[in-house]
Amino acid sequence: MKDLIGKEPLFGKTLSELEQMVLKLEMPKYTASQIADWLYKKEVSSINAMSNISKVHRDKLQENFVFGLSDPVKEQASVDGTKKYLYRSHVGKFIEAAYIPERNRNTLCVSSQVGCKMGCLFCMTGKQGFQGQLSAGEIVNQIRSLPERHQLTNIVYMGMGEPFDNLEGVMKSLEILTSDWGMGMSPRRITVSTIGIIPAMKVFLENSKAHLAVSLHSPFEEERRKLMPIENVYALPQVLKTIREFPLGKQRRTSFEYIVFKGLNHSARHVKELARILTGIRCRINLLYFHPIPDTPLEAPTDHIMQEFKEALEAKGLTTTIRKSRGQDIYAACGMLSTRELQKKNGQ
Amino acid sequence: MGHQDKDERVILTTCICSGDHVKKWNQKMNKVYPVKIIANTSIAPNTWLLRCNRMWEFEAGQVVGISFHPDDEPRLYSIASGTQHHEVWILYTVKPGGLLTPQLSTRNKGDTIYMTDPFGNFVCREDKAVWIATGTGIAPFASMFFSGQHTKKKLIQGSRSKDGLYFHDFFYSELGRDYQPCCSRIGEEGCFRGRVTDYLANLEMIDAEIPYYLCGSAEMVVDVRDLLIARGVPFERIMAEIFF
Repeated sequence: MKDLIGKEPLFGKTLSELEQMVLKLEMPKYTASQIADWLYKKEVSSINAMSNISKVHRDKLQENFVFGLSDPVKEQASVDGTKKYLYRSHVGKFIEAAYIPERNRNTLCVSSQVGCKMGCLFCMTGKQGFQGQLSAGEIVNQIRSLPERHQLTNIVYMGMGEPFDNLEGVMKSLEILTSDWGMGMSPRRITVSTIGIIPAMKVFLENSKAHLAVSLHSPFEEERRKLMPIENVYALPQVLKTIREFPLGKQRRTSFEYIVFKGLNHSARHVKELARILTGIRCRINLLYFHPIPDTPLEAPTDHIMQEFKEALEAKGLTTTIRKSRGQDIYAACGMLSTRELQKKNGQ
Repeated sequence: MGHQDKDERVILTTCICSGDHVKKWNQKMNKVYPVKIIANTSIAPNTWLLRCNRMWEFEAGQVVGISFHPDDEPRLYSIASGTQHHEVWILYTVKPGGLLTPQLSTRNKGDTIYMTDPFGNFVCREDKAVWIATGTGIAPFASMFFSGQHTKKKLIQGSRSKDGLYFHDFFYSELGRDYQPCCSRIGEEGCFRGRVTDYLANLEMIDAEIPYYLCGSAEMVVDVRDLLIARGVPFERIMAEIFF
């Protein structure tokens, strides 16, 4: 990935990539650690500010690279404190990051792709189609360039795109966020959400310590495949089998995201089947309100439906929480703000 | 799933992933078989039909993983051949810079590649249905067609030009009026001029009682699904397979 003047960004490179780079530029190997320090631990945004690197080497870096940070181009604030930031990607399109402050924690929901290929029926991002992968730098930039970055406690990969359809970018970004040479965040503060791309999920489970969230939305394969085309390739029983087979340990958590659609997926039959299929998996179910998107045949649930469904699941021994809807006045549903910007850009 | 490559699928050998770990998972989870290539032919600009020995039973509409080495993470492709064929057919387009297809297109008769067991649930069990595909998204429907499942089915196939209407002659001769080719380029004889969405939008009536099966890019799937829903087809009757 290069910028408009053909230079590659340094931001987003892992330590091993920086080591290869400095060797190529005939700099001492330790320079890689110094650069990583400036990129990920210090509050600078230019190569020139890397003051413990010699002027000759800084010039060499500037000839070939840009620092690579990018501020949000737009911000929207909700009355409930949620903020949505729009960033421009290297493909010239827009991605979103949502900052969600709560009493005990402040979460940033980051995007992993520009658009999405998965075509889920309930998702606004899917309506944009797929426009490109985000680099590790573009993923981490959503955090590093966030005005509230110092208040941030948690990160969730639940924004635009399917994280495990961009495994390379996501795994590299996790490495930058959690390594001692990087931002040094605890992986226990990070959750990656997937619709269940099994091979990539296995690589993530094996190589990262971050939490896993799986988009469930129905316990019935036949119903799920009408909501999520991925079910036709990686069926839910195989997804659950993979999770069961992987020992997560005590610190790591699996959660199941479950968007509730009025009249569709919250019956007693669903409760019974959820209890059956999740037997033996230490997990939590997060119930989410469906935010209607344009032209959708699906409907939002009432508070009563959500509460009743939660209680029924808990009665079956399933730890269940209802996620509050946040930022409804600022195009809260993922993909809505960027789709609006895309439409504006395309003159629609 | 018609094809996948560098930019259209997961890349599993990231710098921090331990290669050994990935291999262990593959050995444990993906049974792969060596198969001999019978033929590998360019059938249209940038598009190839791979024909291999068949190792297993499958259902029309399923996918297989393909790799050059048993330890590599396989890439997924829909099977395009029928369930009675002695061969397995895979339709793919070559993606410049891709990890599999540029190399795959150079493999010849007698070369060995590796395939997984078939899997996936994009199967059509209904008596009557409409199949809609663009590009290599035709593969699962070709498999259903060559498996003799085409009675009472209508096939709508889209491409920019006629040379992208893979297996067109088979469909044309067998399906007759139940085959609708659509080409967005001007002057393609015998085709509706426009995209599949234009064709559907121009139909006076859309049968909301039958199932619709879609396969192609996410954009096509989402656009066609939205259009069908807007024309009164319940979402429960729309099944989709996507490239990723």
